[in-house]
Amino acid sequence: MTATAEGLPPLRMTRARRNALLQSEPVQGFALISPTFLYALILLVLPILVVIAHSFWTQHYLTIDRTFTLENYRIALTEPIYRDLLWRSLYISLTVSLFTVILAYPIAYFISFHGGRHKSLWLFLITIPFWTSYLLRVMSWKVILGYNGVLNSGLMGLGIIDEPSTALLYNSSAVIITLTHAWAAFAILPIFVSLEKVDRTLVEAATDLGDGPLRSFLRVTLPLSAPGVISAALIVMIPTVGDYVTPKLVGGKDGVMIANAIQAQFGKAANWPLGAALSVTTMLVVTLMAGATVLIIRALQRLAR
Amino acid sequence: MPEQPRTERPQSDPAQSDRAMIEIRNVTRSYGAFKALDDASLTIREGEFFSLLGPSGCGKTTLLRMIAGFDNPTSGSIAVGGQPMEGIPANRRPTNMVFQSYAIFPHLNVEQNVAYGLKRLKLQGGEEKRRVEEALAQVSLIGLGKRLATELSGGQRQRVALARALVMRPKVLLLDEPLSALDKKLREQMQVELRRLQQAVGITFVLVTHDQYEALAMSDRIAVMFGGRIAQVASPKEIYQRPVNRQVADFLGGMNFVKAEIVEENGASLTVDTLGFGRVKTDKPKAFVRNGGAATLGIRPERLRVLWDNATAKFEVAGTVVERHYFGEITHLIVEIPGLEKPLSVTETNDFGADDIPVGTSIRLAYDPEALVAMGD
Repeated sequence: MTATAEGLPPLRMTRARRNALLQSEPVQGFALISPTFLYALILLVLPILVVIAHSFWTQHYLTIDRTFTLENYRIALTEPIYRDLLWRSLYISLTVSLFTVILAYPIAYFISFHGGRHKSLWLFLITIPFWTSYLLRVMSWKVILGYNGVLNSGLMGLGIIDEPSTALLYNSSAVIITLTHAWAAFAILPIFVSLEKVDRTLVEAATDLGDGPLRSFLRVTLPLSAPGVISAALIVMIPTVGDYVTPKLVGGKDGVMIANAIQAQFGKAANWPLGAALSVTTMLVVTLMAGATVLIIRALQRLAR
Repeated sequence: MPEQPRTERPQSDPAQSDRAMIEIRNVTRSYGAFKALDDASLTIREGEFFSLLGPSGCGKTTLLRMIAGFDNPTSGSIAVGGQPMEGIPANRRPTNMVFQSYAIFPHLNVEQNVAYGLKRLKLQGGEEKRRVEEALAQVSLIGLGKRLATELSGGQRQRVALARALVMRPKVLLLDEPLSALDKKLREQMQVELRRLQQAVGITFVLVTHDQYEALAMSDRIAVMFGGRIAQVASPKEIYQRPVNRQVADFLGGMNFVKAEIVEENGASLTVDTLGFGRVKTDKPKAFVRNGGAATLGIRPERLRVLWDNATAKFEVAGTVVERHYFGEITHLIVEIPGLEKPLSVTETNDFGADDIPVGTSIRLAYDPEALVAMGD
């Protein structure tokens, strides 16, 4: 500070100014978010920019040709293999979100409306699966769905099938089952939070005006918990489109998803620009799908009135 | 005229009839060892504006919720319109409720809120729209139909809640402290409006409140409740002027209590000796239970009048002003009377200068012996 050289009064002024600066809300806000913000900037925004840049370049064996081209996007959008993979990824992710939300809603509803004093215990129990690694949880589905797996032995033991079914593992259904289980907790929490915010008197008011339990649920509780349903759907949908580990472990040949193709381009195939173009395309498609989901749920909500 | 099957009544009968609308017989509601309501019996008449008055925790809301069907009696029975309510869920009862928090559906606009209960009835040929508009007109909310609940003031939300219940044409409208969230001025305005509305629609209103002025201003009859029991059921005037016991008297506003010795007790009257007021002959309350030779007399502060200058009255007591509190249109004087263990509280209007009486002045107070009422402890 130069103020010390100029005597006391200027020092006081600087101090006052500094205090005023530290107390202003925008400055405090920036100070609070800056560590996370810098972290996100360096590890998220910059890599994405690098990926976007690569998607317009061309790779010649080991060197990158930096002339602008849309060739990668042409391949990404027109090659049947990538189009099919993208469609399959979207289908899997949509199905997973739908099942997860449908399965998570009753659980969240039960905890919120009938959890009583044990709400936090129930929420705690839901987090238990996270005590083991995600890989182990995926592997355990292999044990359940496999040729000599729990499900096959069980069905054979009951005499429902004569020989082990191979239809359970190494296909899209196996990926859907595994992902639905893995993401359940992430869907339960936002739905639970939005249900907690539903004023119970509103349900009573609906009952008072003649609605039975099902009607009051459909007309009051469900529409008012829509924000939670939307977040749950998005929280599950967005990451599952790009899931890589699950299809690799339980998907087999028929369960390959777009992320596996992207990994191949950055790895064995050594075509970073194509991989980058596939990534950017996927990101855009996911954004569109997420937006469409929000709009559809909102429209349904309006219809319910 | 739109048909009104649920509220039909002869045109020649503007006030309430003598027919019972709600019959509550020996209703008890226990939570473990605690009795929220203890053996309450009550008959509410058709077309009546009835109030359940009492401090919080007295069981008034529990009783209201049991009439609505949100709670069930541990023992005893409730009948509405002659029909026993046991086993009938809230959504099939001929009652509708205005909730304390109003419970306006936040995802619906005013019209949709009011039409909520009608939707299920699938009314034909614009009937739903007509009834919604009629209800909105009844509560002076015309033109606000498209507003969202979040865009309404407290008073407007309350009107929506009222319209939403009235549009169902219930036999009984239940109101759970409907005015407690409003500011004083709006509350007083709504008291008048509610009373007017009740007389216009002729539906039986049951109001729960802890505000004695609200109950006095609006009701045909009041039930005063304490600790899960009904202490007194009577008209506002009767409750205010002839409270059955000190608790009721105290809850309904200020009351001076004077100790008395019973000299003579017969049929309908009671003669007692007091230190400040001498020998007094008063009506014996119906519920009076003699407890030894002692009794309590009560006189409301506004029934004591300051005697100015040389004015005299047939019945007067003399004392000294010890405190003075100014309240705008009235002044409270605390007057010590020789022989009384507690000074008397006197409410005097300010038109003759009661607000200028200095503390320490000797004054005389006039009273009407009729205003001295005997009551149980």
